[in-house]
Amino acid sequence: MKRRLLGAVAAAALAFGFANAASAKTLVYCSEGSPENFNPQINTTGTSFDTAVPVFNKLVEFIPGTTELQPGLAESWEVSDDGLTYTFHLRQGVKFHARGGFSPTRDFTADDVIATFNRMWKKDDPYHTVSGGAYDYFNDMGMPDLISSMSKVDDHTLKVVLTKPEAPFIANLAMDFAAIHSKEYMDAMLKAGTPEKVDQEPIGTGPFIWANYRKDDRIIYNANVNYFRGKQPIDRLVFSITPDQATREARLEAGECDVIPYPNPANVERLKANPELQVLEQEGLNVGYLAMNVQKPPFDNVKVRQAINMAIDKEAILSAVYQGAGKAAKNPIPPTIWSYDESVSAYPYDPEQAKAMLAEAGVTDLNADLWYMPVQRPYNPDAKRMAELMQADLAKVGINAELKTFEWGEYRKRLQEGEHMMGMLGWTGDNGDPDNFMGVLLSCTSARQGGQNIAKWCNEEFTKLIDQAKQISDVEQRTELYKQAQAIFHDEAPWVPVAHSVVHMPMSKKVKGYKVHPLGTHIFEGVDIEE
Amino acid sequence: MLRFLLTRIGLVIPTFLGIILLTFVLIRLVPGDPVEVRVGERGISPERHAQLLHDMGLDRPLYVQFFDYVGGVLQGDLGTSVVTQRPVMDEFLTLFPATLELAVFAMLFAVLIGLPAGVLAAVKRGSIYDHAVMGTSLTGYSMPIFWWGLLLILLFSVTLDWTPVAKRLSDDYFVDEVTGFMLIDTLLSDEPGSFLNALHHLVLPTIVLGTVPLAVIARMTRSAMLEVLGEDYIRTARAKGLSSLRVVAIHALRNALVPVVTVIGLQVGTLMGGAILTESVFSWPGIGKWLVESIARRDYPALQGGVLVIAALVMTINLVVDLLYGLLNPRIRHRR
Repeated sequence: MKRRLLGAVAAAALAFGFANAASAKTLVYCSEGSPENFNPQINTTGTSFDTAVPVFNKLVEFIPGTTELQPGLAESWEVSDDGLTYTFHLRQGVKFHARGGFSPTRDFTADDVIATFNRMWKKDDPYHTVSGGAYDYFNDMGMPDLISSMSKVDDHTLKVVLTKPEAPFIANLAMDFAAIHSKEYMDAMLKAGTPEKVDQEPIGTGPFIWANYRKDDRIIYNANVNYFRGKQPIDRLVFSITPDQATREARLEAGECDVIPYPNPANVERLKANPELQVLEQEGLNVGYLAMNVQKPPFDNVKVRQAINMAIDKEAILSAVYQGAGKAAKNPIPPTIWSYDESVSAYPYDPEQAKAMLAEAGVTDLNADLWYMPVQRPYNPDAKRMAELMQADLAKVGINAELKTFEWGEYRKRLQEGEHMMGMLGWTGDNGDPDNFMGVLLSCTSARQGGQNIAKWCNEEFTKLIDQAKQISDVEQRTELYKQAQAIFHDEAPWVPVAHSVVHMPMSKKVKGYKVHPLGTHIFEGVDIEE
Repeated sequence: MLRFLLTRIGLVIPTFLGIILLTFVLIRLVPGDPVEVRVGERGISPERHAQLLHDMGLDRPLYVQFFDYVGGVLQGDLGTSVVTQRPVMDEFLTLFPATLELAVFAMLFAVLIGLPAGVLAAVKRGSIYDHAVMGTSLTGYSMPIFWWGLLLILLFSVTLDWTPVAKRLSDDYFVDEVTGFMLIDTLLSDEPGSFLNALHHLVLPTIVLGTVPLAVIARMTRSAMLEVLGEDYIRTARAKGLSSLRVVAIHALRNALVPVVTVIGLQVGTLMGGAILTESVFSWPGIGKWLVESIARRDYPALQGGVLVIAALVMTINLVVDLLYGLLNPRIRHRR
């Protein structure tokens, strides 16, 4: 009886469900968590960025699925010969969203761009302190020191002057924090005494209009019929918040979700075998590595560092730790970034040779600490397991590694101070520019105490190359310089580059046109679903 | 009665202060702070770190922060979440109806099945039925909630397709939030079928969250009934020629209810704990998940506020339970 009742309820619910769904073409993305808010200027997590992507445009945007750039709200731009002045020609006739109490009276202009940046940049801007006022990405990318002035030439021409030539500047403008807000909306909310609404109920120019959010439950977006690239194939986009990995997979299998992020790598084969599902995959924009602190002997000896590179069995780590969701690394940047040097040959796994090299360097019975992260990260699903495997590998060449870890915040701080001998960490790219990996993680500037170069490796030739590459905007010339830098990195071996994780995106076969974005953002512009 | 009430309320105040102090101190003992937790690999300069802590008021001496916080609480201000920048009370009130709705259903499920099952097991002591109830309830009591929930999902939702996997409502329905209670909101909305859909979504989470209380209530009812059924007055009642049903339902059950009601009251606390796991499995947007996340993100105000309100609720319920004894058993009511 109970079974029949349940069945009847199910049938009734399903019937009503289908009747309702037929009226609007809806795509359900089962996201992994709630956003901090909907303003990418002030938030810092990928989960939050994802929820702002449907709403906003940037001046320059990534071509979905690549780290290459395309025009966004700026139709074109010119760079002066000295690399200091950027002139942006803005798109005309772009409409901001109208929703609830707000309807725009004018199209997008240079004023909107200036208001957007002033909030992050100018301490006296009325919005600067709203919602906590921490603009982490704007600051971390060095924008306050980089931008000298930003001015309106006319409604659709914007001039930006930099303090020094810096090629990655354009890529920075494609990052989430540079999403363009409506000045009119900001002014209206300020006047109404509710400036925080700009962050909680966003207005942008993007393909979808934010409609509703219920914390930990779902976010609803409706297609923007006035979108400058044309109306979207779907009418409605729903982020159905589903934090538990196993539940997310079950919901996809039961047809409650159309697309899910971050499946358990161990279940990918099962999901692939399901005839109703497809699983897209791509290497993530990240690298997991083991850094050797070159300021502590014997790691100041390049022979020792090369020997350790040969002592560690990456294939074993890939299968045990990444369970197939990883690709062995040989360079400090992932293969999805332009300038990745395929021709570098990875150190082979050769414990005998490693032992011989250590003996040559006069290192016997070495005791060294090996630090591993206390948390799971996108580039390293299980640092402890990885550390144990490395420990066993090192023991085979006569190195006694003692495993160590700390609370995550403490861990990073101590690594940056350089307290370790060998330490694991990794990096996820921000803007798809090679400098975002090599400059941030391996330059002499960041090798200072407290800096992010945790190998504390300062090679002047390497630093000179990447500094030079940062100042020219020609991509071919830059590629050449970065390739030379990668060769130095390989010979000097400050790290054991371990792996780039592979991102899997399981989805219903009905979903068409989805592309895995190397920067990790989930983008639904242009995605369709068959009824 | 009044004196009893006043004493009980008097006891609540120090407990309450203790809880405020404990959550305040414990969360700060966890290494790391809200700024450090969110910077990730990129790290942060010590100056900027200090500036952000200053902006949140976290650089002041602990006792200043504490008294400031207590002052706020006394005026009904639980502070602002450092993650979302929204008032803690708003966040709590957005999420709490989901938890409450689920908890009420789980409790109803546990009581409506557990009580009769326990009574029957006691009446038919030693029978196969008794053994079945005891065995099943022991299993239910020992079941890891997380595992149990996933098991039910895989069987009923994925394989048999009888119930939804997760959430409170299908994503095809768009119901306005009026009360936050999905069953009420769906009734108020003009979306046909949404009420049944919401009810349907409650089935599995109710079973999962209700399992442990159900087992406890069934076992407690059985042992309390067994004790009462052996009393002289039950024999007298039977000797008077009262029907068996009347003896069990009126004379025995009412007297057996005191310990059962105590256990039901205590189960409210357990429900809150269980809700954290159940909400996780079913992506149920309640306070359980919110609290766990607040710890991970070192969202001090959210965690302190959430724990405080829940503690207040549990204490209130236990107070009500204490008062209920009097209704059930006049001897407790008149005792000085």
